[in-house]
Amino acid sequence: MIAIIKYNAGNISSVQNALERLGYQSILTDDPEQILSAEKVIFPGVGEAGSTMKYLRQTGLDEVIRSIKNPMLGICLGLQLMCQHSEEGDTQCLGIFDEEVRKFTATKKVPHMGWNSFTQIEGPLFEGIQPEQDMYYVHSYFAEVGKDTIGTCEYIHPFSAAMHKDNFYATQFHPEKSADVGEQLLRNFLNL
Amino acid sequence: MLKKRIIPCLDIRDGRTVKGINFVDIRDAGDPIELAKSYVEQGADELVFLDITATVENRKTLVELVKKIAREINIPFTVGGGINSIEDVSRIITAGADKVSVNSAAVKNPQLIAEIAGQFGSQCAVVAIDTKFENGEWMVYVHGGRTPTPLKTMDWVKQVEALGAGEILLTSMNHDGTKGGFAIDITNRVSQTVNIPVIASGGAGQMVHFKEVFENTEASGGLAASIFHFGEIPIPTLKNYLQKEKIPVRCK
Repeated sequence: MIAIIKYNAGNISSVQNALERLGYQSILTDDPEQILSAEKVIFPGVGEAGSTMKYLRQTGLDEVIRSIKNPMLGICLGLQLMCQHSEEGDTQCLGIFDEEVRKFTATKKVPHMGWNSFTQIEGPLFEGIQPEQDMYYVHSYFAEVGKDTIGTCEYIHPFSAAMHKDNFYATQFHPEKSADVGEQLLRNFLNL
Repeated sequence: MLKKRIIPCLDIRDGRTVKGINFVDIRDAGDPIELAKSYVEQGADELVFLDITATVENRKTLVELVKKIAREINIPFTVGGGINSIEDVSRIITAGADKVSVNSAAVKNPQLIAEIAGQFGSQCAVVAIDTKFENGEWMVYVHGGRTPTPLKTMDWVKQVEALGAGEILLTSMNHDGTKGGFAIDITNRVSQTVNIPVIASGGAGQMVHFKEVFENTEASGGLAASIFHFGEIPIPTLKNYLQKEKIPVRCK
């Protein structure tokens, strides 16, 4: 079973729709038992860091997420919340990854919105994907490149396009909105 | 490198795709879902669905259509047309749209932009602006280009950015439907002024028009309808051309 973590975010249905197109059933849930027993967990993210972390703490979902043992994929804000700290609302995050989340300095248009390729990718999440293939991004904050980075992208600065530590994976881009290449990445995650 | 986006726009009426020529005449160009899927296969970077009669007709049809689109396509899409309140926005976002675009309602109640950004994030909040050059000034029009306002376009774009808009969809009424090229002047001024992405719209008739708008303005994307609907310019042909012309585009 695949669990999509339900919280006070906007458009979560797009992840569920994407999984359905790939032929996978999933459940949208905030039940700790369902989340912890799921074979795969997806932590989608659309929203603001401060209010989302507050919600996750109030509901105890922060502890649940940290105790997940099966593969989990955080997407967009999901990736940022898995880091130590975000400049967005000066927010203490989940601390799964050691990296910091910063705001883009606006020397170019912010948000970084649209399709961008990679400067480097590695590991099973990117099986069958080439660095010059584009993924869809929408974000104003980014995780710096660090030891947990498994994919880098460049916009204003180099930043973490994807991260990995133990059973935790995350992408800054939206694989569920990144056409066939995004579907390939989701398939790779589901096959882990 | 961040790519320039090619965005087909599907004007929707009664669940079917149509395209206004200079906002007046309308020709039928097919089923929106089939057309949308075909655009995705061709390599469209994003889609815009504009419900052109939403202000007067039943909105339930649109919500159902948005749900179907969200199930079927795997790229981002924006829904606009007749969105008047935060409740309308919520219905469309919940149905699966990635962004909503507001036009007349934002002019009438600019605070709506801040409400959308606050509740769903700036990335959801697209402000569509219909602009017309008259008496030496680019002015904002509303109600599908039928009603003039006292707003100057350059003032309005700064205001919408300050209110939290995530993107501006800028349509020049002088150019829309003419196939004579995008409005380089105003697109350049707007895209230089604001720090959020600007999508150029209105006037695309040839591939060179996309090259011109990307070379001479800071536009993040180019939007067009009829040239794509009627197969006059296939998206892969356009993208191959732009790539040869050193414009960064996503090629499948």
